[in-house]
Amino acid sequence: MRNIKRVTRYRISLPLVALSALFLLSIASPTHAELKVDITSGKIEPLPIALPDFFGNGAQAHTLGRDIAAVVSANLERSGLFRLIDRKAFIQARSSLRIRPKFPSWRQINAQALVVGSTEVRPNGQLRVEFRLWDVFAGQQLVGLRTDTEPQNWRRVAHIIADAIYKRITGEQGYFDTRVVYVAESGPAEKRVKRLAIMDQDGANHRYLTSGAELVLTPRFSPTAQEITYLEYRGGRPRVYIFNIDTGQREALGDFPGMTFAPRFSPSGKRVIMSMAQDGNSDIFVMDLPTRRVSRLTSHPSIDTSPSFSPDGRRVVFNSDRGGRQQIYVMDSDGGNPKRISFGNGRYATPVWSPRGDLIAFTKITQGEFFIGVMRPNGGGERLLAKGFLVEGPTWSPNGRVLMFFRQARAGAGGGKPKLYSVDLTGFNEREIRTPTAGSDPAWSPPKR
Amino acid sequence: MHWKILVTVIAGLALGACETTSDNAGSAQGGGSATGQGSSSGGSGSSSPQVSSLAPGGVPAGSQEDLVTNIGDRVFFGLDSVSLSAEARATLEKQAEWLRRNQGVTITIAGHADERGTREYNLALGDRRATAVRDYLVALGLDQNRVKTVSYGKERPVDARSAEDAWSKNRRSVTTVN
Repeated sequence: MRNIKRVTRYRISLPLVALSALFLLSIASPTHAELKVDITSGKIEPLPIALPDFFGNGAQAHTLGRDIAAVVSANLERSGLFRLIDRKAFIQARSSLRIRPKFPSWRQINAQALVVGSTEVRPNGQLRVEFRLWDVFAGQQLVGLRTDTEPQNWRRVAHIIADAIYKRITGEQGYFDTRVVYVAESGPAEKRVKRLAIMDQDGANHRYLTSGAELVLTPRFSPTAQEITYLEYRGGRPRVYIFNIDTGQREALGDFPGMTFAPRFSPSGKRVIMSMAQDGNSDIFVMDLPTRRVSRLTSHPSIDTSPSFSPDGRRVVFNSDRGGRQQIYVMDSDGGNPKRISFGNGRYATPVWSPRGDLIAFTKITQGEFFIGVMRPNGGGERLLAKGFLVEGPTWSPNGRVLMFFRQARAGAGGGKPKLYSVDLTGFNEREIRTPTAGSDPAWSPPKR
Repeated sequence: MHWKILVTVIAGLALGACETTSDNAGSAQGGGSATGQGSSSGGSGSSSPQVSSLAPGGVPAGSQEDLVTNIGDRVFFGLDSVSLSAEARATLEKQAEWLRRNQGVTITIAGHADERGTREYNLALGDRRATAVRDYLVALGLDQNRVKTVSYGKERPVDARSAEDAWSKNRRSVTTVN
């Protein structure tokens, strides 16, 4: 038996708010098989988990306790890895849970894991939240966490708790404390209004970043999640811009003779890789942001576009029709050694390197249908995870286990209304991500820091 | 009897005006059946009349309406193709001749793609199509400085239905008077 005591600090970007998280006691038992879900293989039987409302003393704490439990539950449920046990089945009352769970009464309802939490509004107005994750069969605590923060940060607290549970059970980093930027679409297809919009990964805190006056496409986060690079038709000129989420300021990246498009940040955030079209030919360029120096990476009379860096920054995956049809290629980050990696039937597009480095997600078009798939960086092990009349534009969860993309059905007059979806790397657990209007081009943020 | 002819002429003018909306009007082939020169319907009273030339069909020469009505503002492409068909070349030859006649006119060529490709690839494809049209017009004598190109990829269909006849209308370049 070992006692592990850890102190972890989380910082929230709001400067005045210091959220500190204290891992309480965590005991691992050598005699009991680990309560663990392997999320890498096939269809997963969700883990039955009991998650009562967090216990709060007083009206405000009570409400916050209920709301936090609801957000944690929704996150866990959507992950497809957990089955929330109906609260009507609970035997032990919530108030006595604070002392110690009566494990037999949780075993009786087949809960394998139990989350017990409390909320307290402190005399200084701060919100204190504590929670413990219990292994019901071993009767042992798996994670304990305490946070102190402003009450308005309760949603982030809930996401941090869900991340801690996910991490303890799966061994992988959670992805709940993240955001999504996407293109919100409204109006008829012939003159569709497109706006950048941002929201939490669960759809909360939705807001628009641009007015819709200009056509915008393909937003992507910087590694700090503070900036977005995207394509905007300002003044009728399609060019790559950088948008600062905090200040709302936008800036064109360079002044090129032709259209610049398909931008993505490098893993360091110091460079932006993109395509430039000149005289009908699209090649790949990279701009060093501090110096604004531009280097050409491809020089080929074909369409070279949709570049994406490997997480170590040493290689770039892109698509090109240099072989006659759109296929995926990998090259060194200085443009050397381009090699084709996709060889299946059909056209391959929009390759995106996983943050873990092990896979490349892509869009595939074959026999009149679109697919979202993954393959290894050497082109092997191709698997298709989602399909539709149109599916496009995969983006990775920061832990490299979930993909988000958009799908549009065959359209009648008025055009299609794309929607956002997520799917697990296993190909199971496809979920619609609800947005206020039609949506496309999702980009998942890196973890907040 | 005289009255009746006048009405026809005015109706012709009105029809011409209706067809002017540039992009969404559909293929708009050169439908200029030259319904007379529409001589400012009997306005003989004023001493110094404003005179501007009217193209066949009764629209101002060198205008977008003139281009759409009498020449054809767009050409169409095959699936994932940038090559100019005989029909496309014929339209562009008329455009080149029209641009020679209207020297003051500068244009923007917008390239478009159908919805059956990915967004970024289609932006590049639209750029290729617009450039193919520009290069053909320049080869026919158009001054490079009078023409700009832009690509909209698959973002601005004229017909948003998911059907082959819609896609073939959307794979296009459209010439617009600046």
